Amino acid sequence: MIHFDKVTKIYADNSTALDSVTFSIEPKEFVSIVGHSGAGKTTLLKMLMAEEEPTSGKVFFGSTNIHKVKRSELNLIRRRMGAIFQDFRLLSKKNVFENIAFAMEASGMPQSEIESDVPHVLELVDLSKKIWNFPHELSGGEKQRVAIARAIVTQPDIIIADEPTGNLDPMNTYDIVQILKKINDLGTTIILTTHNKGVIDSLKRRVITMENGKIIRDDKEGKYNL
Amino acid sequence: MWSKTKRMILSGFVNFWRNGTISLSAVLVMVIALFVISSVLFIGALLTSTLNQIKDKVDINIYLVTAAPEGDILALQKTLQAMPEVKSVDYVSSDQALQDFKDRHANDQLTLQALSELDQNPLGAVLNVKAQEPSQYESIATFLQGQNLLSKDGAPIIESVNYEKNKVAIDRLTSIITSGQKLGFAVTLVLVLLAILITFNTIRLVIYMSREEISVMKLVGASNMYVRGPFVVTGVMYGLVAAFLTIILLYPIMFYVRGFTTAFAGVDLLQYYLRHFGEIFLLLIGSGILIGGVSSYLAVKRYLKV
Repeated sequence: MIHFDKVTKIYADNSTALDSVTFSIEPKEFVSIVGHSGAGKTTLLKMLMAEEEPTSGKVFFGSTNIHKVKRSELNLIRRRMGAIFQDFRLLSKKNVFENIAFAMEASGMPQSEIESDVPHVLELVDLSKKIWNFPHELSGGEKQRVAIARAIVTQPDIIIADEPTGNLDPMNTYDIVQILKKINDLGTTIILTTHNKGVIDSLKRRVITMENGKIIRDDKEGKYNL
Repeated sequence: MWSKTKRMILSGFVNFWRNGTISLSAVLVMVIALFVISSVLFIGALLTSTLNQIKDKVDINIYLVTAAPEGDILALQKTLQAMPEVKSVDYVSSDQALQDFKDRHANDQLTLQALSELDQNPLGAVLNVKAQEPSQYESIATFLQGQNLLSKDGAPIIESVNYEKNKVAIDRLTSIITSGQKLGFAVTLVLVLLAILITFNTIRLVIYMSREEISVMKLVGASNMYVRGPFVVTGVMYGLVAAFLTIILLYPIMFYVRGFTTAFAGVDLLQYYLRHFGEIFLLLIGSGILIGGVSSYLAVKRYLKV
């Protein structure tokens, strides 16, 4: 489903963020990517979302090289990915409903579907009561649950979660991981980067370990080994 | 397609409303810009009227000999009026000239007494010639010199033409008027450009604050047009609201300045404003929409490359 083929990224200041990285992810997998800060985890996800271009190498989504497609096609591919970030990245001037609806509107879904689906996903992340609140009125854990709801509401093939628990306390971290697991159980591929040893060890899923822009381990049912 | 357009417009409205203070400051900056743009009209009206007043004060006078027969004078008046350069020719008969003279010196008993000593009217008739443009007096004067105007009995009927005497003053006025018009045009052009630039920068700043949101929208898979649409709608709204505010604020301002402008330039700006209300309204609305919309369109552009 996703394939990285010898992807290298060298930034303008000559620092190598990714060094000839090759790996594949199958549908319905739950893959965690671990590594110290600066190991290249976030760069890897940025390559996958085509937020940045690789210096060399290819990234495939299905059979499409996502760095070689037209803008309009890239928009379509991005609608099949749901992204969750450490800093939540909600639209601050929109309330919870509108934040989630935005992703659906952008894909051109009809209003009736938006009105029925948004409350439904909010129920899934247990945030139905806050549907009309604005992001600044929510706690970190609640913001992240909105972000998850936004990511899943378009029923993407894959969820990309870049340190989603990085800003959360253990309680909320546990909740978020449970939600991600549930989404994965429903058939969505998940890529998760994290620093949190407890999260990785409790998941018992595939773990890719990175160091200095390279993959140093790739375990089917891995543990946090750093 | 329609539902997307509807969503973009709605979202533009909501953005305008929710970013209250930011919208307010953008609108205020735009009000100032629109004031500058509308002032182009008013300054133009003032300038034109002032210049016309000056132009109107310029004329040349043809002094005719006292013996000139009236028929010849009227014929000359007709010839002059037929020239395309000539705007008007006033005929002041010698009787009228005498009357004017007496009126002017009504308090000067000595002069009036001296005048009454004479047994005939010492003043000749005068033709006051006004040209369409000050620069055309030269050719009118040349024409008069070329015509060797004689009456039937062979005596010249023109005593003198005061063009040569007035030439320096006329030339100077002509150059002041033309450079005045040019300067006025240049200054307003610079002001308008400045106003547009300031508005553009303000809107750029407003959108700069939304750059993170724009990148999030892009990452969620929104098309460039869908991201950009609401910003353009908001920009257009800045323009619309600013235009309405400006048009309302102009009324008391015009009311306040009408006294000065009537005294100095002979234009009642309030009258001008009311008479040209439609044009001013359209100009302000049009420039507001254009500046707001285009500024937003361009300002969003650089953040779309995600």
